[in-house]
Amino acid sequence: MTYLSSFFNEFYKIIFLLLPILVSVALIVWLDRRVWAFVQKRKGPNVVGPFGLFQTLADALKYIFKEIIIPASANKTIFILAPIITLTLSLIAWAVIPFSNKLVLANINVGILYLFAISSLSVYGIIMGGWASNSKYPFLGAIRSAAQMVSYEVSIGVIIINVLLCVGSLNLNKIILAQENVWFIFPLFPMFVIFFISSLAETNRPPFDLPEAESELVAGYQTEYSGMMYAMFWLGEYANILLLCALGSVLFLGGWLSPIDIYPFNILPGVFWMIFKILGLFILFSLVKAIVPRYRFDQLMRLGWKIFLPLSLIWVVLTASFLFFLDMLPKSG
Amino acid sequence: MLAHSLFFYFFSTITVFSAVMVTVSRNTVYSVFFLILVFISVSILFIMIGAEFLGMIMLIVYVGAVAVLFLFVVMMLNVTEQITKRSIKKGLINNISVGSVVGIIIFLELLVAVGGWKYKSNFAPFSSSELDLSVSNTHALGNILYTDYIHLFQISGMILLVSMIGAITLTFKKKENVKRQNYFDQIKREKESAVSLVEVKSGEGVKIDE
Repeated sequence: MTYLSSFFNEFYKIIFLLLPILVSVALIVWLDRRVWAFVQKRKGPNVVGPFGLFQTLADALKYIFKEIIIPASANKTIFILAPIITLTLSLIAWAVIPFSNKLVLANINVGILYLFAISSLSVYGIIMGGWASNSKYPFLGAIRSAAQMVSYEVSIGVIIINVLLCVGSLNLNKIILAQENVWFIFPLFPMFVIFFISSLAETNRPPFDLPEAESELVAGYQTEYSGMMYAMFWLGEYANILLLCALGSVLFLGGWLSPIDIYPFNILPGVFWMIFKILGLFILFSLVKAIVPRYRFDQLMRLGWKIFLPLSLIWVVLTASFLFFLDMLPKSG
Repeated sequence: MLAHSLFFYFFSTITVFSAVMVTVSRNTVYSVFFLILVFISVSILFIMIGAEFLGMIMLIVYVGAVAVLFLFVVMMLNVTEQITKRSIKKGLINNISVGSVVGIIIFLELLVAVGGWKYKSNFAPFSSSELDLSVSNTHALGNILYTDYIHLFQISGMILLVSMIGAITLTFKKKENVKRQNYFDQIKREKESAVSLVEVKSGEGVKIDE
């Protein structure tokens, strides 16, 4: 009986975490399009519902009622599995993101490693989709994205090491609590910039959206997908973007901590600040999408391996020696 | 405890099944996917015995990086060509002999290692430092790895570095007659050096690149 009750308890918690995320993904797509339109002096989606808020809902309905077409030469099992894996991986990663001191589904010791592992798995959805489609453009897109995601993961990993050196723990809540005095964006500002750019590349956002560069590859790995399966890819992509925004705010912007610990700010709950920071980072993401033109692929690889990796490695050495010689290393335990 | 052992049997069944499927399945891409499944379920087993750091590192290194490269190589192969009957029969005879020799060697090694570890207490020093249960897994590993075993740790890093450099030099060829895009040259270009006005005589044309 205790097993069952604890099982249902967890089940409710998961539902109450997943539903807001799915709804906010829908809203964030709307926000993305609005910001994009705003930069280009257009109106963007403003017809369905107040301010066009229900536009994504209408789009989703359209996708649900569309026919799912599976190409005759495609590998059926893997073709169907690919969008499912993409969506699942982008949703299960939210289990460890803390929204306040208590409000976290799984407060595990190796939270940051879990996040890193899940984000390194998300390349499989794309590779599987590209390979199983059995056609040129998806395959090229899949190969491009695999190379891109593997190379930018390396620099993200090294940047995470920088933050971990200052914290001394892999627990996400402890990482946030270590920023009570000063957010890590101030001492580690260059790392924040590199993290931001790498997370653009990791989520295949413009200017690094080469896996789905429409001028060369039609729609990259999604070319053969239609209906609900396309929508799942698309949901997973945006959930991933939100996840990396959340990771950025946990690592560098103090997560659910209020910016200054004085009266009007510190009575607001941590959830508010967390969502506020995620939204701020996301608006930066969509501004970049609107402003910057696409990179060439060899330039992308050069940026990842020859600039970001050495820079972040040098910064690890700097941070470590700074902490060591000034005797500021965090206490173990 | 019942739930724990149920989960253990569930995941270990998946591990063994997919490990067999890696070798049995005819489609090489499927083999890699089953290999990924093996890695994932082994990391879950690691997490279940409380070695959460090892489990996560297993996921990051093997599934996130190594298997992606495997998949990368295997996806380039032509799958339909491999499935034709002739190549399989030919491969079967060659591969069974080699495979069984390798399998027997690995089995003997496991027998020596596990048997020795189980029946002879001083077969291998378990750990030179006392286990401190109060610190977390990651801290305990770091304390041992970077103090007692620092030389072994660095030597293994060096071996990886050497093999990486070897792989790069093997693939790195300086080709003649290939125009490369030099990043600095591209930025350095000015209007004066890039554009020139040429008077073209009719019937003769201009030759570029001379």
